[in-house]
Amino acid sequence: MSDLQTNSPEQDIELLSFRVDEQEYCVDIMSVREIRGWTRATPLPFAPPHVKGVINLRGTVLPVIDLSARLGMGPIEGEERNVIIVVSINGEMAGLLVDAVSDILTISRGELQAPPDVGADPSTRCVDALLLVEGKLIRVLDLKIILPADTRDAA
Amino acid sequence: MTNDPMAEIRASFFVECEELLESLQDALIVMDDGACDSETINIVFRAVHSIKGGAGAFGLNPLVAFAHRFETVMDEIRSGRLEAAPDTIKLFFKAADTLHDHVRAARDGESEPEGAEEIIAALEALLGANGLEEEEVDFSPMGLSFDFAIGDDLPPAEGDLTSSGEIGWRVTFTPHRALYASGNETLLILRALSQLGRASVSCIIPADLPAPTEDNAETPLLGWEVILLGDVTEGDIRQVFDFVADVCDVDIASTVAPAPALSASFIIPDDDDEPVIDTTCSESPSGAPAATAPDEILPPAQPLPAPKPLRQPAQSSGTPHGEPAATVRVDLEKIDRLVNLVGELVINQAMLSQSVEQAGIGHQSDVMSGLESFMTLTRDIQESVMLIRAQPVKSLFQRMGRIVREASSSVGKNVRLRTEGDYTEVDKTVIERLADPLTHMIRNAVDHGLETPEKRNAARKPAEGVIVLSASHRSGRVLIEIEDDGAGINRPKVRDIAISKGLVPPDAQLTDTEIDNLLFLPGFSTATEVSALSGRGVGMDVVKSAITALGGRISINSTPGLGTKFSISLPLTLAVLDGMVVQAAGQTLVVPLSAIIETAKLEDGYVQRLSSTGEMMQIRGEFVPLFDLGRQLGFRDSRDAARSGIVLLTSQDDGRRTALIVDAIMEQRQVVIKGLGRSYGNIPGVAAATILGDGQIALILDPADIPRTATPSPINDLRIAG
Repeated sequence: MSDLQTNSPEQDIELLSFRVDEQEYCVDIMSVREIRGWTRATPLPFAPPHVKGVINLRGTVLPVIDLSARLGMGPIEGEERNVIIVVSINGEMAGLLVDAVSDILTISRGELQAPPDVGADPSTRCVDALLLVEGKLIRVLDLKIILPADTRDAA
Repeated sequence: MTNDPMAEIRASFFVECEELLESLQDALIVMDDGACDSETINIVFRAVHSIKGGAGAFGLNPLVAFAHRFETVMDEIRSGRLEAAPDTIKLFFKAADTLHDHVRAARDGESEPEGAEEIIAALEALLGANGLEEEEVDFSPMGLSFDFAIGDDLPPAEGDLTSSGEIGWRVTFTPHRALYASGNETLLILRALSQLGRASVSCIIPADLPAPTEDNAETPLLGWEVILLGDVTEGDIRQVFDFVADVCDVDIASTVAPAPALSASFIIPDDDDEPVIDTTCSESPSGAPAATAPDEILPPAQPLPAPKPLRQPAQSSGTPHGEPAATVRVDLEKIDRLVNLVGELVINQAMLSQSVEQAGIGHQSDVMSGLESFMTLTRDIQESVMLIRAQPVKSLFQRMGRIVREASSSVGKNVRLRTEGDYTEVDKTVIERLADPLTHMIRNAVDHGLETPEKRNAARKPAEGVIVLSASHRSGRVLIEIEDDGAGINRPKVRDIAISKGLVPPDAQLTDTEIDNLLFLPGFSTATEVSALSGRGVGMDVVKSAITALGGRISINSTPGLGTKFSISLPLTLAVLDGMVVQAAGQTLVVPLSAIIETAKLEDGYVQRLSSTGEMMQIRGEFVPLFDLGRQLGFRDSRDAARSGIVLLTSQDDGRRTALIVDAIMEQRQVVIKGLGRSYGNIPGVAAATILGDGQIALILDPADIPRTATPSPINDLRIAG
């Protein structure tokens, strides 16, 4: 989401905020395609723990990532209450499994703060910027890091 | 770019070029078989000529120059001044290949292909004593007037005037009010007619012509009768009326009688000349068969602003034999979208019938029978849509013709390629992905399969080697065979090489088939020295994996001294597959039906322990390795591996068998193949995914890959960024 920072600071941006493991996160609303209720995912053999599996999104196969596990926290339990945020990055679609969607925030770019460097914790590297809304800390996620890149070379 | 009409026309020109090059190839092949009738030669001539004409309009000068030389020589053949000897035809093949390169270079904006000069020199050497009277390219581009109304500075055509006794046409033409209302102009139509041949136009004035008043001012009352003489077909005339056919009465009748006396006769005014595009005048000598003329002339400008000038020459000259089948050119993307939508329809329909069943509606109910006919319809739609994607393998085979020519000349062998079943239709994707493996196999056949001319002589075979490339439909699959009449596989040599490369143990007892299959092992290459063609490290193993990736199988059949035959069996489509839906470790999975030989109940007595981890089972006196599917895919660990259940006996391309334990077999059905997307790379043992009736995704297995998943490498670690 480097474009969040490069554009002029006065411009307003909209963010979709959601809760994962009692923490607030958000992503640029422009990358969100839709929000879906919980669907049972078909697990993939030998997938990393955060890859929940694949679901049927109107005829296409959509990979679902457990965002909590992806951010280095425990896997999301209790399934039916959760939602899947369908995002698209670089033409690739993926579903993010989160606890709940909270709000849509409209803020100016100037309010975004760069996260402090606290070492190589994987969950901080996914955080692109920080935001304070009514005294509450919200982390802005960098979807390019969250989603698997084209892993054809890696696999 | 999409808004640029010129770019669109240009793109369609290159599509036409491909078609013309195809008909050129066809005609050359016919000529090569000894049929040098004038019609065939004309096809070649026209194809080259049309390409030149179009290229001229776009200012593609290198292409024009080359096509022009080619055409000049063809003209010599056409007029009988030059004999179409086998060597000449070989040269023509090369020239056609180079022309193809030129077209491609022009399309992609690349520089002129290499070797063109040599071909030109060779072509001109043919002309020899016939002189090079046309040293300069005096071809003037046929300035395509895209705006139509503006006159061109080309002279009007001199119609092919012949003696007055010949057959003519009587065209009676009465415009309706709608003709004028839609902006058409009678004068332009009449002028177009008069340019087809020698025309005399008379106006039919009705006897009860009322005096013009304000009320009837817009009502057309006049009709025209045109007597048209000359080399004109009814189709040509109809073409003139193409755009106004439904807003006027046209009657076309053949006649030999002179024009009847009529009340008023006049000559169409000629002051505002329409551009008559006559590309023949500068090229063809006067002796050229007049029959070709209509093909060369662009139809006169139509009075409607529908600029499609480039379509016309190709349509008329591209299909000279009989009526062309009506075809529509459609963007492939649109078809793919349709295929996807129909795929979704199938899934949706399955979901619907499942939920109807769950709702407790009986099988005898109207709903159910309605659903059943819906199901049949969906199937039919799906099949028809799949057919749209199917294409004849002809274009692919033609490309192979070129490979053979190039390969044989570089190794100094005399090879003829015969193709059979050119019109066998296969899914377009299959055709595209078949090109590379087929090229490789054809090169192999030329390089390794066929002997040198000396050896062929010694074996009392004709000096010319033959490679037969054939395609046919067989039991729902496509069979492609590549057969050469060479020496066959030198099995002792193959064996020695395999042993020396450590691919098989030295004391292995191998059957002939097993030895033949050694060719498919990675790292195997029989060429003792790397030749110009093959043996560059890309072996038959790559061919095999490409075929396997298409869901196909490849096998070898070789007879020493007589030749080798490679058979490739491919699925008709890559979009659907017959599968068996099974359950293993709580997961629903699909196993391709083509891979399953039989199913059996697993009983304790059958299972034999082979090593600490490996197990096998005895089935019909044969021992096959036994795997628990759930465990192989990592869905459960070895402790609670299934001890009971059902065994699927699967076979692989090389005939090896594997037994897989599953918990239950659910059903057997056709499934729509869905790609897993790029993000997940290759999952061992999984080929693709599909969507089942309940909307859930099920993975489609690749049974050949299952044994290999036993020790899964931690492939996905890299994905955890950070």
